[in-house]
Amino acid sequence: MPTRAVDANTFDDEVLRNERPVLVDFWAEWCGPCRALGPVLDQLADSLHDRLDVVKVNVDSAPQLAARYRVTSLPVLKIFRGGAVVHTITGAQPRAAIEEELAAHLG
Amino acid sequence: MRTMVIVGSGPAAFTAAIYASRAGLQPLLAASSVQAGGELMNTTEVENYPGFPDGILGPDLMARFQAQAERFGTEIVHDDVTELDLDTGVKRVQLSDGTVHECATVIVATGSAYRKLGLAEEERLSGHGLSWCATCDGFFFRDKTIAVVGGGDSAMEEAMFLTRFAERVYVVHRRERLRASHIMQQRAFQNPKITFVWNSQVTAVHGDDAVTGVRLRDTVTGEQRDLDLDGLFVAIGHDPRTHLVHGKLKLTTDGTIAVDGRSSRTSVDGVFAAGDVVDPHYRQAITAAGSGAAAALDAEAYLAALASPAPDGEASSIRPGQYT
Repeated sequence: MPTRAVDANTFDDEVLRNERPVLVDFWAEWCGPCRALGPVLDQLADSLHDRLDVVKVNVDSAPQLAARYRVTSLPVLKIFRGGAVVHTITGAQPRAAIEEELAAHLG
Repeated sequence: MRTMVIVGSGPAAFTAAIYASRAGLQPLLAASSVQAGGELMNTTEVENYPGFPDGILGPDLMARFQAQAERFGTEIVHDDVTELDLDTGVKRVQLSDGTVHECATVIVATGSAYRKLGLAEEERLSGHGLSWCATCDGFFFRDKTIAVVGGGDSAMEEAMFLTRFAERVYVVHRRERLRASHIMQQRAFQNPKITFVWNSQVTAVHGDDAVTGVRLRDTVTGEQRDLDLDGLFVAIGHDPRTHLVHGKLKLTTDGTIAVDGRSSRTSVDGVFAAGDVVDPHYRQAITAAGSGAAAALDAEAYLAALASPAPDGEASSIRPGQYT
């Protein structure tokens, strides 16, 4: 399953009311490391599709979501479970490192 | 077995790849999974790379490097090297997915990593107002008060970039003059949003879940004072990224990989190094590119000597050198 873009209108349904864990990627076009991380997230969405959803929030088009979750640094990944952030991964980390951090938060 | 694996993806690595692939060596270039492109990926306008009189964006320049390397047959893998086995005649390069590539030569062009302040609260506040990437994070500091720590070109570039967003940008430097180039200094001095804080060292970063300020120590008088801030950008320099070769290649007292004279030959036959990982001084895209070309040519000479040893049985173009 590929990554999906969510915006301020779809965030609550797609992320907060999602029964599965959701990995949210806050990113922007002008952020070089964000673009580098994109393909890694596609791979993760693929390999972990039966365990979590991976969605992307463009902070340019959804600044209110960036503000709500106090994002001041890109890229940042936030893991949501039951409508709340349970873990944050800052910066573009290698795939293996992200997988390791995700492992503890997947049911 | 491969002829060559290049570890890295900045100007040195891609220039080595352009030369090696044009020489028919069909190199594999191991760019990392998420940091491909090296240092220039986090810069904006590059004004001093020859051939681009109107300047070029860092990521665009790297895309051109990559296209040129691929044109001649460089194979690029977007994965992280986890292990380098450089002891034997055949080198082994292991990737994070477990793949092992055997090869005759390795070019190490792993660049350098941001130097940290070395403060206890750094990790906790990283991503919460403490940043190493102005182009990534400046956006979140619209109309805020922030500081850039550092006195070199990258600190000036970050400070000027950040004035697009922030209301006030302090440049905190521990000396009373900058290391930055003349043109960058002039621009920074002329920028009305930038205020310089001289002879000051950051000794603590304040804030529980976000940066609220810093503690500064005057490097002349020793006096301490607080500066209230919404964000802190660190640009105090870089350290060579040598973790893959610790205990395997000789290093200099600067921490860079030791090479033989002006060549790229390291302390292990068949292993060459180029770019910021060998260079504590210049650290420019163009000097890195130049050293990448040298590494490819050195490797080519090494391979040629392996293929046709001199009559006395010694590979004539390879001499054990002094690694200082």
